[in-house]
Amino acid sequence: MSTNDPYAGERLKLSPFYPRASVLNIREAWSAWNGYKFAEYYYDAEYEYFCVRNQCATYDICPMQKYLVKGRDAEAMLNRMVTRDITKLKLNRVTYVVWCTDEGRLVDDGTIFKLASDEFMLTCGSSCIAWLRMSTYGFDEVNVFDVTDDIAALSFQGPTSCAVLKEMGLEGIEQAKPFDILRFPFHGDTLMVSRTGFTGDLGYELWISPGLALELWDELYSAGEDYGIQPFGEAATNMARLEAGFIMPDMEFNEALKTVHFEHDQTPFELNLGWLVDFSKPHFNGRRALLEEKKRGPKYTLTRLDIEGNKPAEGSYLYGDRNCKKKEIGYVTSAMWSPAVKANIALAMIRTDCLQGEIWAEIYYEKELRHYQKVARCTVKDKPFWSPPRARATPPPDY
Amino acid sequence: MSDYDSIIIGAGHNGLVCAAYLARAGQKVLLLESAEAPGGLAANREFHPGFKTSVAHVVNHFSDRIASDLKLARYGFEGSSNVTLVTGLGREGRHVTVDGHSVTGVEQGDAEAYRRFAAQMRRFADALKPFWLKTIPRAAPGKWSDMSTFARIGLKLRLLGKDDMREFMRVAALPARDLVDENFDSELLKAVLCWDGLIGSKMAPRSPNNAVLPMLYRTAQGQSGTPGSLIEALQASARAAGVEIRTGTTVDRILVNPGQDGLVAEGVILAGGEHIHASRVVSSADPKTTFIGLAGIDNLEIQFTNRIRRLRCDGFVAKLHLALNGLPEFTGLDRLNGRLLIAPTMNDIEFAFDHAKYGEYPPEPVMEIVIPSLQDASLAPQEKHVLSAHVMYVPYRPKGGWNKQAKAALYERIIERLSGYAPGIRDQIIHAELLTPAELERDYRVSGGHWHHAEFALDQMLMMRPTYEAAQYSTPLPGLYLCGAGCHPGGDLTGAPGHNAAREILR
Ligand SMILES: Cc1cc2nc3c(=O)[nH]c(=O)nc-3n(C[C@H](O)[C@H](O)[C@H](O)COP(=O)(O)OP(=O)(O)OC[C@H]3O[C@@H](n4cnc5c(N)ncnc54)[C@H](O)[C@@H]3O)c2cc1C
Repeated sequence: MSTNDPYAGERLKLSPFYPRASVLNIREAWSAWNGYKFAEYYYDAEYEYFCVRNQCATYDICPMQKYLVKGRDAEAMLNRMVTRDITKLKLNRVTYVVWCTDEGRLVDDGTIFKLASDEFMLTCGSSCIAWLRMSTYGFDEVNVFDVTDDIAALSFQGPTSCAVLKEMGLEGIEQAKPFDILRFPFHGDTLMVSRTGFTGDLGYELWISPGLALELWDELYSAGEDYGIQPFGEAATNMARLEAGFIMPDMEFNEALKTVHFEHDQTPFELNLGWLVDFSKPHFNGRRALLEEKKRGPKYTLTRLDIEGNKPAEGSYLYGDRNCKKKEIGYVTSAMWSPAVKANIALAMIRTDCLQGEIWAEIYYEKELRHYQKVARCTVKDKPFWSPPRARATPPPDY
Repeated sequence: MSDYDSIIIGAGHNGLVCAAYLARAGQKVLLLESAEAPGGLAANREFHPGFKTSVAHVVNHFSDRIASDLKLARYGFEGSSNVTLVTGLGREGRHVTVDGHSVTGVEQGDAEAYRRFAAQMRRFADALKPFWLKTIPRAAPGKWSDMSTFARIGLKLRLLGKDDMREFMRVAALPARDLVDENFDSELLKAVLCWDGLIGSKMAPRSPNNAVLPMLYRTAQGQSGTPGSLIEALQASARAAGVEIRTGTTVDRILVNPGQDGLVAEGVILAGGEHIHASRVVSSADPKTTFIGLAGIDNLEIQFTNRIRRLRCDGFVAKLHLALNGLPEFTGLDRLNGRLLIAPTMNDIEFAFDHAKYGEYPPEPVMEIVIPSLQDASLAPQEKHVLSAHVMYVPYRPKGGWNKQAKAALYERIIERLSGYAPGIRDQIIHAELLTPAELERDYRVSGGHWHHAEFALDQMLMMRPTYEAAQYSTPLPGLYLCGAGCHPGGDLTGAPGHNAAREILR
């Protein structure tokens, strides 16, 4: 890119891993995330998905927003912002959180890393610096720094991931429990590793200064050669997270600050994330509204569905009767045929008062330019579709 | 265990009104005031040995309903329903005086136009008057419970008749200048008529948002009188109703505890550390002070706190108090009663504002002058007098901040300006006190030193005053209520916020 590029400020930023990732992006299948050039897939989405489930694979999370929240009041500020009790979070641990508007509508979800008693890292899918600034107002000693461009991060997921990290020389990595943070010396700097991820399986996230990103990539890929390492993109991530039952913005929820219509956003209870809302905390943003909703019961509940047949129920409306004659009771937010579970799965927003009755999906699908419609029975699943024991085992099984 | 039914923070006139109503309804009420005497901005205070006055220097439209409910006449407030005279001081003693019905000192055409204009403004003001004593319902989807208030406003306007209603709709959002330009020729008269749309606000004659409503608010018929006698009477009425008043007592924080459904305000913590419990806390301190300073942001919601943060609260009025060794002489004026304005043209007002907008104080300030010692002889030693002036526009945050030199320079400009109309005044001054908005903030605990506690303009009026979720006197923090000028309808000595808050609490 020449310096007199008139569009310089408009062009997508390149991740520190780009020199390596671009070589492997055989299909040039790029999209964008938070202003970064970002792989939709590298070679083939399904192939990458199988690598995640059966071997190991890397997902470039540099575009994910990262904020350092520092200072004596950092904990108090975050604790008022999120629905979970952060005071219970131990040093070098990570926790999954959501935060809401005053009315208890979901602003976003993310993870909080406790790096020191007065230092936390918050990660989330889209920029929330304005919200963080609003949330810090009135606290004396807290500063928020956007460190998105200052940290290179790689998500490394799959059953052989632990073995590869051991091979790479990260001694004791197998002792990391889910949501632990460990640190390793790396070329005179520190490599931070957290046992976290978005695939519902064994996996880690690696955090390094951008200057050492390529060294990290090279060492990881050389250690992983015999373990089937492969990069994966957005498409495979979306499949894996759906099997794990994780929510996605613009699929399961609308960020409340970006919706125009009243109640076109969601609450944690509607998203089946009530377990993240800790009413033993005397105050957090949205508490009053959420308590009312808890008493009243959410209007909709995000539900896991197992749907008969093999036609993905993408965008389907749901009904309480086979003829789809009565009032519709909900809609599918994400759906796929799951190769790992061998089931036709979906996440759906269903009216809470209709959850006990029959649920039928009206599925539209296409075969060689012809459109067909079918109605399929849905069964509610209480557990995540994909949740292998190795995701929780410490140490994880070896390969 | 609660020691009181209600603790009221601040014994300004609204705190007193609210306390009196609550106590008359049988509540056990404690009123806490940081200053040594009740009254807030309307309290008489000695600024030089033997010389007293209050920051707010005239009572123009105190609610007659409240005056009669609280029997203020019996307690010594001799309110009059006559409008206080306003005299625009002209060059070479050619003054213009209005009394709400007629004007003197102008050509025949303007005099007739004024009679028509004043009558129409009174009709508009009368139509709006009931709503200053109403709670404005929240405008939220699905909450149509008290929409009757809106329906009644609509009906009141319909009852004005077709012509008046249309005219009201047309002028309601006009800048002050356009309204008076349409009607009059005399520059001085126009400046005088603008004044009540502007004083206390961050607005000049050409500013939109919104001068006509404040004008009508102030045209509403009510009681006029002296702040001193109003505060005395309110205090006596409140005490007679059983209100316990503690002065010299500063509330450091509102006591907030976890309750069944979340946090609840349960009392106050005094500056000395003492805890006092009550079933509710009612604050007449301004909204910023109440929420950010006293309740604490960590007890409030994020978006709500940020709406309070962005409340426009910068004051633009400075206060001059002069102790004089005799009655000042204004060229061509034989009676000094009522309000005297030094604002010869609307441009003078506008230019004074232009400087303040950019953080400077005006070379030629405009001002409203009252000689309080004429109404109340106890304010000055015999034969001596007090002059009180509201000086506009003086920024709360001037470029470079306030310091001795800046104040001295401003003082010099004010006296220079004053001398243009009262040539001998400089030699009569025994002592002078000039309070900038920053000093009013410090001494009277009012954010920005703002006349209305928070800017009185469309974006902060009615169901947006001070902001939604706190516009019906209750707040997002259960147990905490507002009752000061930062609530609907707004500032001035009217008693309306205190009255409305009490009604909501007793509902
Ligand atoms: C320069 C100036 C001139 C004005 N002139 C006029 C005028 O001529 N006519 C008119 O009608 N209006 C005038 N006003 C407006 C009028 O004074 C106010 O709108 C009115 O006083 C508001 O009354 P209030 O009771 O709501 O608040 P205030 O009068 O401000 O009273 C609030 C009280 O709360 C107390 N308080 C605050 N915090 C605490 C705490 N933590 N603990 C204990 N006590 C606390 C304060 O000490 C104060 O006594 C003027 C205002 C200003 C600034």
